[in-house]
Amino acid sequence: MMPIILRRLATSVLILLAVSVLVFVATLLLPGDPAQAILGQQATPERLAALREQMNLNDPVWQRYLTWLGGLFIGDFGVSAASGGAVSALLGERIGASLVLLVAAGAISIPVGLLLGTYSALRRGRAGDHIATGTSLVLAALPEFVIGIALVTLFSTTVFTILPSVTMAPPGEPVWNYPQQLILPTLTLVLVVTPYIIRMMRATMLEVLESGYVEMARLKGVPERQVILKHALPHALSPVAQVVAIQLAWMAGGVVVVEFLFRYPGIGQALVDAVTNRDVQVVQVLAILIAAVYIVVNLLADVVGILTNPKLRTGGAR
Amino acid sequence: MSTSLQDPIRTAVLSATGLRIATTAGKEILHDVSFELQPGKILALVGESGSGKTTAGLACLGHFRAGLTHTGGEIRMAGSGPSSNILDLPEPERRKLRGGVISYVPQDPALSLNPAMRIGDQIMEVLQVQGHGSSDAERRARVAEVLAEVGLKNDDAYQRRYPHQLSGGQQQRVGIAMAFACRPSVIVLDEPTTGLDVTTQALVLQTIDQLAELHNVAGLYITHDLAVVAKIADEVVVMLSGEVVEQGPTERVLYQPQHDYTRKLLDSVPDLAGKRRVGRTSVITGEQPVVDPRPAAAEDRTRREASANFLEVSGLRLAYGSNQILDGISFTLAPGESMMLLGESGSGKTTLSRCVAGLNDDYSGEVRLSGDTLSAGTRARTAEQRQRIQYVFQSPFSSLNPRRTICESVEVPLQMSGKMGRKERRRRVLEALDQVRLGSSYLDRRPGDLSGGERQRAAIARALVNAPSLLVCDEVTSALDVSVQASIIDLLRALQHETKMSMLFVTHNIALARHISQRMAILQHGQIVESGSTDEVLEHPRHEYTRELLANVPTF
Repeated sequence: MMPIILRRLATSVLILLAVSVLVFVATLLLPGDPAQAILGQQATPERLAALREQMNLNDPVWQRYLTWLGGLFIGDFGVSAASGGAVSALLGERIGASLVLLVAAGAISIPVGLLLGTYSALRRGRAGDHIATGTSLVLAALPEFVIGIALVTLFSTTVFTILPSVTMAPPGEPVWNYPQQLILPTLTLVLVVTPYIIRMMRATMLEVLESGYVEMARLKGVPERQVILKHALPHALSPVAQVVAIQLAWMAGGVVVVEFLFRYPGIGQALVDAVTNRDVQVVQVLAILIAAVYIVVNLLADVVGILTNPKLRTGGAR
Repeated sequence: MSTSLQDPIRTAVLSATGLRIATTAGKEILHDVSFELQPGKILALVGESGSGKTTAGLACLGHFRAGLTHTGGEIRMAGSGPSSNILDLPEPERRKLRGGVISYVPQDPALSLNPAMRIGDQIMEVLQVQGHGSSDAERRARVAEVLAEVGLKNDDAYQRRYPHQLSGGQQQRVGIAMAFACRPSVIVLDEPTTGLDVTTQALVLQTIDQLAELHNVAGLYITHDLAVVAKIADEVVVMLSGEVVEQGPTERVLYQPQHDYTRKLLDSVPDLAGKRRVGRTSVITGEQPVVDPRPAAAEDRTRREASANFLEVSGLRLAYGSNQILDGISFTLAPGESMMLLGESGSGKTTLSRCVAGLNDDYSGEVRLSGDTLSAGTRARTAEQRQRIQYVFQSPFSSLNPRRTICESVEVPLQMSGKMGRKERRRRVLEALDQVRLGSSYLDRRPGDLSGGERQRAAIARALVNAPSLLVCDEVTSALDVSVQASIIDLLRALQHETKMSMLFVTHNIALARHISQRMAILQHGQIVESGSTDEVLEHPRHEYTRELLANVPTF
């Protein structure tokens, strides 16, 4: 089992390297000069040249790439062109804030999705199933900003005014000190992500419930609860894990819109700001970070798949 | 126990009376079915697919598949109190019976064993659920004991295996071990040997027979294979579309059948001796002429010497990684000759036929047709060479495109040659359908409207439409019921006689040998271990493996 995971891990590292090359080349191709962006239009040519020298902009491209890549490994993300401060200092807090949002949304949507999907499958064709599948279809069809705006209308402006619609933590103070402000962004993400998990869980569970080994377990006299938990659920999990991974990865990138909507001080907002300010260093780091999240969650999904399918970790017939 | 005192002769453990089961839509699929199971005896429930035999078997466990409901009749267990109708019990009570008192052996162990659980744990589970024994240690000892009873290894390492690490026969024996684990008094076996090769089948049947007798278990053996019935059953119930048409001791039902349907069923079972003429059965093949393969064989032998070999395969090899699938296969086929390629699953017989047809192109060695060496894959062969070799697949359920009409499917080979107009193609399709005894009414129907036998005929028509000189039939009857198999065999024999084409008939069913082929080759581990004329091989087998196969064929 370990060799397979190690092989996947090695592929992941390769993919990440490929992504880093792409990101670096893409930012090179962007118009504009970082030195100019920092110093502004009025800068003298001497100062520009000095800054270029200081930022190593005159080195060959491959050398700059390697320096940048080396920096990533030791946590030196470079200097923000817009603020002049270290990128790590700028992003540290924001990454934390986004992670809080992501983990909270994941921790709610995954169990809820699995439970509702299983419930739906078990009550196939009855009222509960129709309500669950119907609602999840409607939610899946709505874009995240529509859900977000609807929630804001419902809970903070027009109907009720019980929850804050924007995040207003004083700078330097972590977002989780104001848990009320976290509710709406988290809820929006949960409502976006859960429907997919419910639908996938329902579909795979239905398939598994029809299988020979589930019927056999029932004919062995195994109580229904145990049939579901021990015989059906493990087989339904592996395909669902893939969907969950895609959803989590989407949250890492797609969080941009939601953070923007709620003025949430996370990486999504940082990314929007950085692009507007031509802050190349920050864009690079965030792109790599989001790619890394994609790769890690997909790796986790593969591990779940390997754990639930002994064929992948043991040899064939002997 | 009171019944045994009143009636010492018939001490049924389980009796089904007037059982009626219908679909939730209201269509009745079991009509008034009754039977009794005696301790230590095996009752065979015989019928073709769709006759309701599995439904009746599952009803004995109080289980109905989705969409089915019980509408009448009862199933009583002896000695379980006055209200012993299993079907009246609430679900938790029924569950206690399942696996403990009445157990079930499924048709396909590959699907019915949980692929993610170790086999020891799966047997352990039924013991735990039923509360067998007083401690886990005792239960664990029972797991080891029952594994030994079915002839498997029972050490810890073996118990820790997953189902995919066992062969098909071993998986089925795990299924049987699971059924016998709690020492049930009734065991329902649902076609437990379908899909196993004859040697393994013989072993599994022997295990079932011994255990049933040893532990005085009453068995309900569901099958469509009458040869197996002859071997294992004490009594037979014959079912036809949800009704019991004949019932009695095995001897009487098999040798003096009363009902027409039983007679038809018996007539269509191929036998090794070739005495029974499968296909002459009236209802099943009606208007078809009967062709005896043997005169043709004699005729062929003279022709063989005269003419050059039509198909010549030499030194065919193919390996997937370290797994040598084909290990130097050589054989020849004369024009108009039919040869059976016999082998168990994994012997490489399908790979071999795919290589001949060019569907598999990574072999080394030579395939020559009328003296010309064929390129490895169909893509590299000429249109004419491709037309001369046609292939019929095992399952007619997956080899025909369900969205195309029969005419559209059958005319594909003609379209590919691109020479004919629409009308001409339709005429040729009709001709081919006539050859396989399907009329023009089938032209515009889709596979979904056809029975398995009709679909296989359509698939054969598709192979015939280009008038091939070699037909490769890959297990064409193994997905079909025995009476349908008889009609397909009959058809192929007639076609071969009419068109004088050569035929490679690939199968694992040695009993078909005398009914279809003039020569046969026996494959084992990718090598031909024996070949010769059918009579020669069957009467004077030279290789140990052939002898073993012949010894294990169930006959009656």
